[in-house]
Amino acid sequence: MTEDALANALRTPLYNLHLELGARMVPFAGHAMPVQYPTGILFEHRHTRDRAGLFDVSHMGQVRLLGAGADIALERLVPGDIVGLAGNRQRYTQFTEAGGGILDDLMVTRREGDLLLVVNAGCKAADVAHLKAALEPAVRVELLSDRALLALQGPAAAAVLARLAPGVERLAFMAADAVKLAGIECWVSRSGYTGEDGYEISLPGESASDLARRLLSQAEVKPIGLGARDTLRLEAGLCLYGHDIDRTTSPAEAGLAWSIGKRRRQQGGFPGAARIGAELAHGPARRRVGLLPQGRQPVREGAVILDAEGNAVGRVSSGGFGPSADRPIAMGYVPAGLAMPGTPLGLEVRGKTLPAAVARLPFVAHRYHRD
Amino acid sequence: MSETRFTKDHEWIRLDGTVGTCGITDYAQQQLGDVVFVELPEIGRKVAKGEQTAVVESVKAAAEIYAPVGGEVVATNAAIVDEPAKVNAAAMGDAWFFRLRLADPREFAALMSDAEYQRFVEGLQ
Repeated sequence: MTEDALANALRTPLYNLHLELGARMVPFAGHAMPVQYPTGILFEHRHTRDRAGLFDVSHMGQVRLLGAGADIALERLVPGDIVGLAGNRQRYTQFTEAGGGILDDLMVTRREGDLLLVVNAGCKAADVAHLKAALEPAVRVELLSDRALLALQGPAAAAVLARLAPGVERLAFMAADAVKLAGIECWVSRSGYTGEDGYEISLPGESASDLARRLLSQAEVKPIGLGARDTLRLEAGLCLYGHDIDRTTSPAEAGLAWSIGKRRRQQGGFPGAARIGAELAHGPARRRVGLLPQGRQPVREGAVILDAEGNAVGRVSSGGFGPSADRPIAMGYVPAGLAMPGTPLGLEVRGKTLPAAVARLPFVAHRYHRD
Repeated sequence: MSETRFTKDHEWIRLDGTVGTCGITDYAQQQLGDVVFVELPEIGRKVAKGEQTAVVESVKAAAEIYAPVGGEVVATNAAIVDEPAKVNAAAMGDAWFFRLRLADPREFAALMSDAEYQRFVEGLQ
């Protein structure tokens, strides 16, 4: 089944490069993606934290919104402040539904002449349909299927990219700009999904392999697969759509209140505003928390969370081994009364209850570039 | 001289007299990737052929290890609990999981030979 899924999967512009680098390819959200290279997930994770890692994230959806008032229109679908987003600035938000659940999470950048959205691979078809139904014809919705997306992440990312484009090291966190890299017109943002400093680079698919090879020729840079991308984002306490957030979780429950600005809270006007507004004002009934299992045994998605009396109170939404934390780490939803860091809980694994405690997120401190 | 045989679940067992040393194959450790956790059985536990006897977890996945044959657990390898990465480095050697005193030697004879297992793995790729 896996082989069929892989054979039928879409290929990113870097597919041949992944094979050349010896990647183990897996089907992920309909795309053939590298889960790891011969170096392995532990090495790739640590290399990204220590130096710089190059990720192919071309499976993600890149969508342009064109037309006057696109920002006002988009605010009908997301709780983030898009109207207040300055030019060449990027912001994190979510598509919400009427009940307050999350349809997808996304990045929005205001550029001259359009808004650029980056959405999850598994949601991009539904997101585009959702956008078209709600915004057209006043706003044009364009899926940029011919563009690749690379992420260069880690403490050496700025020095590496500045070698190709002097000045790019001065780009602020969550800022973006048009940058020429190795002769290729790219759109570069200072952002990522690892908790480290780094960049995401949107560029024409036909040039992606050239730029990736150029970046990999730099001494600090190694290719990094989806396996390490997952352990890096988990340590950074970042949500993975379909796991930590979905239609059954609201932004307030998920701890994403920081992404909803004051004006939007006051004015509402986005799907689920009634529920989300009430949760922001009075606190949600349950919350996403960090979980530290005692001992060395990883606790994975789906494990039942127990309170001190042994009652099932929630489930682990993401979990595994944190290579930099050097221990098992997890996230999950618990009743608000059990969300305080230090609260003792149990986690059910293969019929046994492992002691655990609620932990502050992130597990590994963010090292974004802030001036 | 000892002989090693294999299961379709990618365990190996090396028989010395009536005691078999069991581990996972090199193919299995490659498929799992970086091993970060191992759980071993209690010494003295009696297991049937095919019974879940140990657990191995990599960064990415958890896998159950089944007894290649029935018998009694007479030894376990604490070194791989302290240093799970040994399973990646020496799956067919020092990183054995447990030793079983065989209940029925015919179960061992029914397992795949080295050549049969190699053909089996080639068929998976």
